[in-house]
Amino acid sequence: MTAVSSTAVSTTTTKRRGLRFSNKWFVHIILFCLAVVWLVPSVGLLITSFRPREAIATSGWWTAFSPAQFTTENYMEVLNAQGMGDSFINSFKITIPGTLLPIIIAAVAAYALAWMPIKGKDWILVILLALLVIPIQTTLVPVLRLFNQFGLTGTYMGIWIAHTAYGLPFCIYLLRNFFISLPKELMESAKIDGASEITIFWRIVIPLSVPALASLAIFQFMWVWNDLLVALVFMSDPINQPMTVRIQAMLGTYATEWHIMSAASFISMAVPLVVFFALQRYFVTGLTAGAVKQ
Amino acid sequence: MSQKTWLGYLFILPAVVLIVFFLIYPTIRTIQLSFDTGMGFTTTEFVGLQHYVNLFTRDRLFFDISSWPPSGAVFNTILWLILFTFGTVGVGLFVAVLANSVRYEVLIKTIIFVPMAISFTAAGIIWRFVYSPDPNSGILNALLVGLIPSATPIPWLGRVDIVNYALIIAGIWLWTGFCMVIISAALKGLPTEVLEAAKVDGANPWQSFWRVTFPMLWPTILVITTTMIINVLKAFDLVYIMTQGGPRGASRVIGFSMYWETFQNGKPGYGAAIAVIMLILVTPFVIINIRRYRREERER
Repeated sequence: MTAVSSTAVSTTTTKRRGLRFSNKWFVHIILFCLAVVWLVPSVGLLITSFRPREAIATSGWWTAFSPAQFTTENYMEVLNAQGMGDSFINSFKITIPGTLLPIIIAAVAAYALAWMPIKGKDWILVILLALLVIPIQTTLVPVLRLFNQFGLTGTYMGIWIAHTAYGLPFCIYLLRNFFISLPKELMESAKIDGASEITIFWRIVIPLSVPALASLAIFQFMWVWNDLLVALVFMSDPINQPMTVRIQAMLGTYATEWHIMSAASFISMAVPLVVFFALQRYFVTGLTAGAVKQ
Repeated sequence: MSQKTWLGYLFILPAVVLIVFFLIYPTIRTIQLSFDTGMGFTTTEFVGLQHYVNLFTRDRLFFDISSWPPSGAVFNTILWLILFTFGTVGVGLFVAVLANSVRYEVLIKTIIFVPMAISFTAAGIIWRFVYSPDPNSGILNALLVGLIPSATPIPWLGRVDIVNYALIIAGIWLWTGFCMVIISAALKGLPTEVLEAAKVDGANPWQSFWRVTFPMLWPTILVITTTMIINVLKAFDLVYIMTQGGPRGASRVIGFSMYWETFQNGKPGYGAAIAVIMLILVTPFVIINIRRYRREERER
């Protein structure tokens, strides 16, 4: 603090100002360092993914700009020869129904739990709350056995059902809390006007819930897209594997072949990153809804 | 039964069927399998409490108190619980508060939050690269060798004494953004009058943070702390991708052990016993959630 007061300001004010001034610099420096620490790991791998194989083997990515040598060959190799192209498609085939199915089923159930007379409603909600916390690991083996018996292991149908079931408790709980916060008078007056439950649900509740549904859809999409464990257990068939499973399989052979691993990782990150930057607000709402008190 | 009544049950039917078949029944079945060899993923031979006894007396990779410090998946999970929870919540709080006072708040928050958008698989690869033992690829070893020319590169993920810390740092990198966003939202919701009043009364920033802001944020901090604890108790992906539990099983956590024993070692009954232990560990949080729900319903 070098601020020497030659003006008519009282000493305490000067002191406080000086303190603030130095604090501010301190804050900028700390935030800058944190930003660097947070960015360096991803940026390093991103730069590596565009470097030629020989360059990666002989020098670090931080030297990549002198001289600048970049290529998209790694991406071509991974997409074609390593089957990431197929896995990319598989990820979509798994994720789109894996997002829509739980939300549709949950929306219908959540409406009933919020606004229709059901015996034991309170118990259903308590069970849902318990299921929110229970680890997926506790269900894997019996579900796998069930799938084996019905020939669903390794099929898209199987993994859609799994993701739907695993996603339901959160989806129902979130939507039920949202639906119940809608004004009661709305439903009542619609009923007086002779609207059926299906009309109220479809014409009133759903249109009013678009932001909540969007947040939930993005959350579920990211969850399923990024899932490893469920796919690892139920998608044993290599032809149908999503990217997460493909990448872990590639680790077995190419663990230190960074030109392959880096490109593969960034292909798998492309869609979530686009979704994140395009729909950030919805994603954050969906992600935090479970933890924040209503 | 009136038309209206049965319609409600029809609405919840698909959800109830899926939840019963794929969540409730399997959970009960897993408890049953934990007392069995579980071969063929079904009950074959009853073994009583054998798996549980073995887990805590014979399985050095799960629970080992024969040496100091104790080791195994249980103690690694405890290490995660302490360091990961403090790390994510602490750094999250720190960034939320600091970012609140600068103009580039959105930028810094986005940078910290982005890892939440990518898969743990991709994050695992990113951090394997950071920790690479080759100073020509791993930035950490490049820095080490660059700063101390006499140093030899350290295989961060290959050392029994370092691997857990290395994994936990990757975990903190992933989850801090989540904590930060929630704390930041709570921070914006705090009544400004109280902070103004503290300032008028001559409190310095340090005092007004610890005496005013922090106590008001406490309920939020508790909620995310429980969320982080539950995350650790379920953790699997990062360990699986980065180390496969190695070296020599030194980085196993219970969520990983369950998978490994069941699907790699072909011991579903043994894996089921670990799953039941996971279930027991999350039970307090089930109770906390239910209490919170009851309180909210009363307020509604």
